[in-house]
Amino acid sequence: MKRSQHFCLQVGVALALLTILGVLINNLAVNLIRTDMGLSFLWLGRPAGFALAEHPLSYRPSDSYAWALCMGWLNSLKVILCGLVLATVIGVLAGAARSSRNLLLRALSSGYVALIRQIPLLLQLLFWYFVAFLSLSGTPLAPLGTLIRVSNQGIELLGLHLSVEFSALLVGLSVFTAASIAEIVRGGLNSVPRGQWEAFRSLGLPEGFGLRRVVLPQALPAILPGLTSQYLNLAKNSTLAIAVGYADVYAVSDTTITQTGRAIEGFLLLLISFLLLNLLITGGMEVLNRVVIRSQQ
Amino acid sequence: MRRLTTALVSLSLLATGCASIDQGGGSRLELISKRGQLHCGVSGKIPGFSFLLGNGRYEGLDVDICRAMAAAFVGDATKVQYRPLTAPERFTALKTGEIDLLSRNTTFTLSRDAAGGNGLTFAPVVFHDGQGLMVKRSTGIKGLQGLKASNICVGSGTTTEQNLNDAFQERKLSYTPIKYQDLNQVVAGYLQGRCLAMTSDRSQLAAARSGFPDPEQHIILDVVLSKEPLAPASVGGDQRLGDAIRWVVFALFAAEEFGITQENVDSKLEQAKSNPQMSSLRRFLGVDAGLGQKLGLADDFVVKVIRATGNYGEIYNRHLGPNSSVPIPRGLNRSYRQGGLLIAPPFN
Repeated sequence: MKRSQHFCLQVGVALALLTILGVLINNLAVNLIRTDMGLSFLWLGRPAGFALAEHPLSYRPSDSYAWALCMGWLNSLKVILCGLVLATVIGVLAGAARSSRNLLLRALSSGYVALIRQIPLLLQLLFWYFVAFLSLSGTPLAPLGTLIRVSNQGIELLGLHLSVEFSALLVGLSVFTAASIAEIVRGGLNSVPRGQWEAFRSLGLPEGFGLRRVVLPQALPAILPGLTSQYLNLAKNSTLAIAVGYADVYAVSDTTITQTGRAIEGFLLLLISFLLLNLLITGGMEVLNRVVIRSQQ
Repeated sequence: MRRLTTALVSLSLLATGCASIDQGGGSRLELISKRGQLHCGVSGKIPGFSFLLGNGRYEGLDVDICRAMAAAFVGDATKVQYRPLTAPERFTALKTGEIDLLSRNTTFTLSRDAAGGNGLTFAPVVFHDGQGLMVKRSTGIKGLQGLKASNICVGSGTTTEQNLNDAFQERKLSYTPIKYQDLNQVVAGYLQGRCLAMTSDRSQLAAARSGFPDPEQHIILDVVLSKEPLAPASVGGDQRLGDAIRWVVFALFAAEEFGITQENVDSKLEQAKSNPQMSSLRRFLGVDAGLGQKLGLADDFVVKVIRATGNYGEIYNRHLGPNSSVPIPRGLNRSYRQGGLLIAPPFN
């Protein structure tokens, strides 16, 4: 009896959700018919007619909308992947610094986390782009010799030129996401029993070595789920690219939608491309998670 | 159990059915007068056209179009709810019914008008504009040749990107577009030196320049990349709403032709009432009934509109005239009698 009640409740909730979805889809269909616009994707093959500032593969304005969107997607992928790496590095360093015995390091990193988490990302991106990068002088700053050169034209990394839009977006996204990652890392490190720290210290192992070989492996299972959601956030936040003039998939879709008037199809494609991106990230993290858990057994 | 499922399924079908019935029915014009308020989509960021003032009120030529419509449809020019919209949002807002009228520097094009494109209904052009380029005076650049292989700051979601591309391709010149979401960012990118030039409609360039610390140090090039006839738009497939909007705009033009202003409209009305032989003026001001009614408006809608906003010339002078903060020469936006393009068909 109890079980069938439970079942009824579930069916009820499912039906209610389906009803809502039905109303939404019905509204869309009715509105599309009313304005004489059925769904169509034929426009994807037509020439885009707009130039892109950055494209990883060859692209000309006479290429199709589909190809332009692909370039946007690749641009997104580029900044997301670089962002994941950079955010992880900064985040882990800052997180480890927060558990450090060095007072200055601890204060610096908790100041960083507090500051960055209080300010909206859009504002930070605009800051990095308009205030930090574009206000630099034209002659490059080279803090590490020829390794990295920073100017108002962007970053020159080992001879590889990164545009100023890409650089500002990458730095902004990474610094923002790394603040959350730092907290997750700190939480993970704190979940490791105090005794483990004392154990490696009493063996006379150096702090960094003990952190890497003793504490972090035990903290990883607690860190990974939180890390995944931060990675997903970074991917989704990358759509703010348009604010700093970077031609990501959202910026390209935006032009496409206005030129073709195909808003619903454009947004559907955007939804699908982000779903794909995020499934990719979740899938990768899932594999990593399994590897970590297996290695612990 | 099964009965419950059937009940729920039929309930959901009923709900979807109801939703579709709600969508049908008469003109939006009735909805507006029943609601007692016009929902008007504007930009809110372009001085002279629609700009949010310090006191929280919107002002500009586009805003006055909204006010004129509210005066005609609801009888009160203040009964407008403004919705600031970005360029990519604007058509969706119209399509979903969030706004009744789009009065936001929208270029009238075939794709936007046609049923197979955006399917909008356009009112007469209220501002004849064209896309231009602005550069710093110190660069000495005079034309497109000087911008060869340089960065150009452009805003998103407008025809400007395509026009820019066409102009450069025609002349076989290369360039790099730096595309931002809205005009404020385009301006910031340009002022920060990311681009040699910024492009937008000439009216918007002039408006943006008025806010620069050194407006005289920036010049708008003579080259005009496009025709940009800016017109208010409403949702397609609603003839009564489309007609009413169209004829309110024509009324603003015609009032200027008749020499009727905000100040003299009441004396003109008295004059028309006491002179039965002034038939065209009597028809226009609704003394002889019939015209307003055909549009689904009050017969004296013209009087209400002119009392609220004045004629087109007065609106233009208020926001874009020589003494305004965004002076733009009237040029093509004069009445046909002064060699411009504005003309109202007869109010017969």
